[in-house]
Amino acid sequence: MSEIQTNDTGGKKKGGHSKQKKISVFVDFTPMVDMNMLLITFFMLCTSLSKPQTMEISMPSNDKNLKKDDMPPVKASQAITLVLSGGDSLFYYTGVPDYKDYNSLKLSSYGADGIRAFLLKRNTEAVIKINLLKEKKAQLKISPAEYTKQVSEIKGGKNTPVVIIKAADKANYKNLIDALDEMQICNIGKYVIDKITPGELFLIKNYQTKGELSRTAANAANAANAPSN
Amino acid sequence: MSKVKVARKSTRIDMTAMSDVTVLLLTFFMLTSTFVKKEPVQVTIPGSVSEIKIPDVNVLSILIDPTGKVFMSMDKQGDMINTLDSVGNHYGITFTNIEKEKFKKLSTFGVPIKSLQAFLALKGDEQDKVLANYGIPTDSIDNQFKVWVQKARVNNPAFRIAIKADAKTPYKVIKDVMTSLQDLRENRYNLITSLKNETANN
Repeated sequence: MSEIQTNDTGGKKKGGHSKQKKISVFVDFTPMVDMNMLLITFFMLCTSLSKPQTMEISMPSNDKNLKKDDMPPVKASQAITLVLSGGDSLFYYTGVPDYKDYNSLKLSSYGADGIRAFLLKRNTEAVIKINLLKEKKAQLKISPAEYTKQVSEIKGGKNTPVVIIKAADKANYKNLIDALDEMQICNIGKYVIDKITPGELFLIKNYQTKGELSRTAANAANAANAPSN
Repeated sequence: MSKVKVARKSTRIDMTAMSDVTVLLLTFFMLTSTFVKKEPVQVTIPGSVSEIKIPDVNVLSILIDPTGKVFMSMDKQGDMINTLDSVGNHYGITFTNIEKEKFKKLSTFGVPIKSLQAFLALKGDEQDKVLANYGIPTDSIDNQFKVWVQKARVNNPAFRIAIKADAKTPYKVIKDVMTSLQDLRENRYNLITSLKNETANN
């Protein structure tokens, strides 16, 4: 293969037969292969094939000059608050928390059986619509641009839930990413990362002690009211 | 006795085909891969289903290790020098040209501004050793991280901020970084994750 045959037809000789000179040039490719192998090894070790993925998030602005009108209130029926408390579990409550009833806070877990099932149920309408769109896109009925436009329209729809993610200091980065990931999986368009409030911490503690805190608070309130009666 | 004649065979193997294959492989690796950046700390990034790829240029990446140390890197050396200049001005420190040259060659930086000059005076491998012990201060009293980001933004308005943090980093640290960014009105940024396969259907 690596032989080069040079056919030298040494010109036409008058009357005589033509002489053919055959020079075979054999190139040894072994050093070339050696060098290539070295380079391949170098590239395999020093580079990464896959580019990392990113998650784009936009945080709310904490501009002091923002007016109340710029911050539309969320309907209590649409609000879901996730409280990431660290470990493998998370808490959630819907709407306005009831500080007196420890059962208003629900314990859940990351992943398919936990919070995802709940969020998908709350967001069924949008999920079904988006799945339909995905099918259409797969069958090339709509263009990718049209798809993204419609998806964002569905996600921003009026009756989709609004999720507020609050992480405690004990939670780790993975918890946060998992929670944000669920937003993607469940096609939730409106979500925000917010600071945890003492109220939520109280709720968690109250849940862990099965209502001990709210009971003592109620007792204290009763005791304070009793003498005045 | 007749001698057993061993037929002489040429042991020459034609390496051309092999060479073809290796060159092909080499081309593939050169075209598809990106170089791994030297990072002072090892981080394991959490997985997500997001499929957006990180842009190639104008990335200001923020690296956060599990203990909460913050490092930064930029992809253009010109930006590195300009940012160092403005941060130096802010703190009243002037950097010499040699120091600037050394700084622009750093792949990742993250040293408190006070010890930066001493750090730059070190040799390359010594720098690598000590860098993991430093980290840019992010606490509210002396938030140098904020200054770095602010100056970097002034020098290159096209920067996209990407946060790369270890999966086990406490949220407290992330919160500090996020609030600093929020204070600078950097409300849109990317979180770097690795790919995980999960869909709503399963």
